[in-house]
Amino acid sequence: MTKAAALLLAGGLALSACASDEEPSGSAGGDGGGSSDELKVGVAYDTGGRGDRSFNDSAIAGVEAAIAEHGGEVRDLSPNSDASNRADLLTQLADEGYNPVIAVGFAYGDIIGDVAEQYPDTTFAIVDSSVAELGQDNLVGLLFAEEQGSFLAGVAAATKTTTDHVGFVGGVETPLIQKFEAGFVAGAQAVKPEIVIDRQYISPAGDFSGFNDPARGQIVAQGMFDAGADVVYHAAGGSGIGVFQAAAASNGRAIGVDSDQYNTVDDPALQAVIMTSMLKRVDNAVQEFLDSFVEGNVQGGEDVVYDLESEGVGLSTTGGFIDDIQDQIDQYRQQIVDGEIEVPTTP
Amino acid sequence: MSALRRIGVSLFAPVLAVVVALVISSLVMAALQVNPFAVYEVMLDFGDSPSQQVTALVVVLNRAIPLFLAGLAVAIAFRMGLFNIGVEGQYRLATIIAAAVGAAVALPGWLHILLIIVVAMSVGAIWAAIVAVLKVTRGVSEVISSIMLNFIALGLASYLLTGPFRGSEEGASIIATAEIPASGQLGGLNSIFSAIGLASPPRQLYGFLPIAIVVGVVIAVLLNRTRFGFDLKASGLSPSAATASGVDARGMVIKTMLLSGAVAGLIGLPDLLGQTHRYTTDFTAGLGFLGIAVALLGRNKPVGIAFGALLFAFLDRSLVPLQIADYPASVVTIIQGTIVLAVVVANELARRIARRSAERGGAAPAPAPVAGDGGTGPASQAAPPTTPPSGGTDQRQGAQA
Repeated sequence: MTKAAALLLAGGLALSACASDEEPSGSAGGDGGGSSDELKVGVAYDTGGRGDRSFNDSAIAGVEAAIAEHGGEVRDLSPNSDASNRADLLTQLADEGYNPVIAVGFAYGDIIGDVAEQYPDTTFAIVDSSVAELGQDNLVGLLFAEEQGSFLAGVAAATKTTTDHVGFVGGVETPLIQKFEAGFVAGAQAVKPEIVIDRQYISPAGDFSGFNDPARGQIVAQGMFDAGADVVYHAAGGSGIGVFQAAAASNGRAIGVDSDQYNTVDDPALQAVIMTSMLKRVDNAVQEFLDSFVEGNVQGGEDVVYDLESEGVGLSTTGGFIDDIQDQIDQYRQQIVDGEIEVPTTP
Repeated sequence: MSALRRIGVSLFAPVLAVVVALVISSLVMAALQVNPFAVYEVMLDFGDSPSQQVTALVVVLNRAIPLFLAGLAVAIAFRMGLFNIGVEGQYRLATIIAAAVGAAVALPGWLHILLIIVVAMSVGAIWAAIVAVLKVTRGVSEVISSIMLNFIALGLASYLLTGPFRGSEEGASIIATAEIPASGQLGGLNSIFSAIGLASPPRQLYGFLPIAIVVGVVIAVLLNRTRFGFDLKASGLSPSAATASGVDARGMVIKTMLLSGAVAGLIGLPDLLGQTHRYTTDFTAGLGFLGIAVALLGRNKPVGIAFGALLFAFLDRSLVPLQIADYPASVVTIIQGTIVLAVVVANELARRIARRSAERGGAAPAPAPVAGDGGTGPASQAAPPTTPPSGGTDQRQGAQA
């Protein structure tokens, strides 16, 4: 019996290893079918694929907006479950004649330099990874000043808290998410220097489960609410829904990330706790990149940083929860734009 | 039983499983109003130009190498009725330590690569040995301890990567160990393609391929042609009978787990030595669990595992062309999932058929195909009725008391 149970367990693990949560790319082809100089955009997603209601969806929204303006078609590909085929996604898109090719997520940073070198006639863009040191003039990095947006999230949290105790839940302890943490902490401390800030990551570097584990997101956030925090900011991708649930269960507030999460959660009970979201306008960045590609003035080999000034990052106001403190937020925003406040990027 | 018949029986289960999986997947696709034959055509299409075809072949082979090693590692333990679910943790920990050691030293050519391989095998073996020691001294089920050690291994690997072994500069978006110098890198094998007149695309075939083949041959010889292999098989089929005939059950558990762990330590090396040259936060994960499926598919035999690994790698490659052709990539996931389920059922069927034919044969009873071949528990099921109901684990405990 124990052996049978063990085998079932083993089979289950094997199956779950096979399973991937990617969405079928479906009717991705815009089927422009027009002249050959039409835009043919290739998109390679980060793990999670299309339909993550966050990062990947934001990127494709930007592509679709650009296509609505310039015409053309898009082909989007999701990586396999362990994302070991990232290089194949890019080379296949380039082989099929898609140009430009957009890689969504810093995980492509390791290989995109080599791929760009192999396909000198194709223009590549990568979201969230710097290309300045790769020296490829057909490659553009689209970066965001997440720490600046998170600073404003920290300001909003510290202004709204009644217990002088806030929290930060990170998905995976990577340098990218640490930028969110650093900005949030700096922002909260700028308003209230003595504020208590709980900071916790769901999984350590190298274990990417923390971006897609709502149950653990809920446990971590619940711990913070139980300890007395009343506003928790998450930068945890798909785990964020757990943070919202914890906030709803404890009459606390939560701050969303990447997209306007007030609009992406369906549950009214959860909408009620989403005070604001730190917007990371991947869609704007992608659209602008495509605009400049169409106009023929892509600056290859360089990074474009989207910050508060260019409205690449910011706070959402849907729900009206932060309307009353908008003045304070705008003051800090202006100080960052003017360079009076230098937001740290590492905690 | 003639050799032909034996091959027929051993091929029966996996072929049946793949056919059943294809039929089920076709039905699912038809229900989703996707033409299954068009899908299979896309999966089999390796591209138009010779360069594309060779690239596709290289992609499949490069993916199959780690899967083969993972299947092998799982199978060695399976043959003895041990469920080494800890292959995942064993290879992750082995790879990061091997990467760090490889980056820290400078040795001439092959010596450098040999050192990395030895370190990886040792770390994998040591991590697996914890499971074995717990089992023989305290009677802890290897399933539980190896799963739990996976979490510890992952945590440890993360700590090592972000702490002492961190080689990437501060603020880099991908945390990595320092790069292994050129002497510790294994070049590609694409010169083979040009030598036989094929195209030589930029994607390199991993230089680890011959090493993996050697490992496979050594394991096959060890399992089938040596006293150790016989003891292992006997312990798997019936621990009590093996103990009675003088096999040291405790020693076998430790030796088997050491061997399984050592092979598990190799899983990350094709990627590490051939492509990434460093362990990063996004180093391929989950190969240890896929290895379970591959071992099941290959019925724990090295040749079968090689085919299983190639099949899984082939399915994996077709994800990209399927998406490009606008078919749902989840088709591949469905096929892989149904294969794993079908293989468990088919192995059990094959085992029963083999036993029935052996019973009919009377004088020359062939043993059940292979211990732990994915049936519902060879040790307890294949044991004669005289065995106490407590089963394998307690038998071994009893032996040491």
